[in-house]
Amino acid sequence: MSKTSRTQLTVPATAKKNSIIEIRAIVQHDMESGFRYTESGKLIPRDIIRVFTCSYNNVEVFKADFYPGIGANPLIIFSTIATESGILEFKWLGDDGYEAVNQAQITVS
Amino acid sequence: MNMKSDLPSKMNRRTWIQRIQKLTILTIGAWLSPTFVFAKKEDADEAIKKITGSAKIQEGRVTLTIPPLVENGNLVVLKVSVESPMTANDYVKAIHVIAEGNPLPNIFTAYLTPRSGTANITTRVRLADSQRVWAIVQMSNGSFWQGSAETLVTLSACTEMV
Repeated sequence: MSKTSRTQLTVPATAKKNSIIEIRAIVQHDMESGFRYTESGKLIPRDIIRVFTCSYNNVEVFKADFYPGIGANPLIIFSTIATESGILEFKWLGDDGYEAVNQAQITVS
Repeated sequence: MNMKSDLPSKMNRRTWIQRIQKLTILTIGAWLSPTFVFAKKEDADEAIKKITGSAKIQEGRVTLTIPPLVENGNLVVLKVSVESPMTANDYVKAIHVIAEGNPLPNIFTAYLTPRSGTANITTRVRLADSQRVWAIVQMSNGSFWQGSAETLVTLSACTEMV
């Protein structure tokens, strides 16, 4: 079973060569911690995003492992060097076959 | 009853209230003392050991920023910045964030490359309790550095029912 959800990226559309750009990536996800109980006392099973990766023209430039300590709708802000024009691909992988992919185009001058 | 005879009894009541207030502050202070916070310290130490192995962890170079007072532990903005030139020979390899008061101490691990440019990561985390949060950073030469920040959480994450 595969699940996916809405994502939002903030990446500059243009950048100077070799400048440092800031990237914000948000994904819609409950990040169910696996430590909560329903009112009837049943444990809610863990359902979180495990891995986030960012590839710059198919080269991995950033990766993060998430644990239940990450809040719902995970936001991550990081940076990378604008080396060349191309596509940044963002991928989130999680429990129960969860997968979300989004891309952003960047023009480097 | 005239005003003069009423005054001393009023003063007494005021001093009594002040004493009670002082006592309350003392009690709250004891409640928030480190002995309570360090209840899960062993778990966090174990998680840190798993990351570093037997390597020595040095203080400094790492700045972890969280608000000193958090109203709701479900979404806390956490920022880690590391002083590093981020060149091909000297860069930050990984940032591990460990919370000693959470049921699972690991919060996240970020893997950086020389292409990151800077070592600044911002995210939103859950905090179960008033506690100290650690950032353990592994450099490209294998050395470990750490930084930490302490916070007070008034409403804990993980306690609410569904």
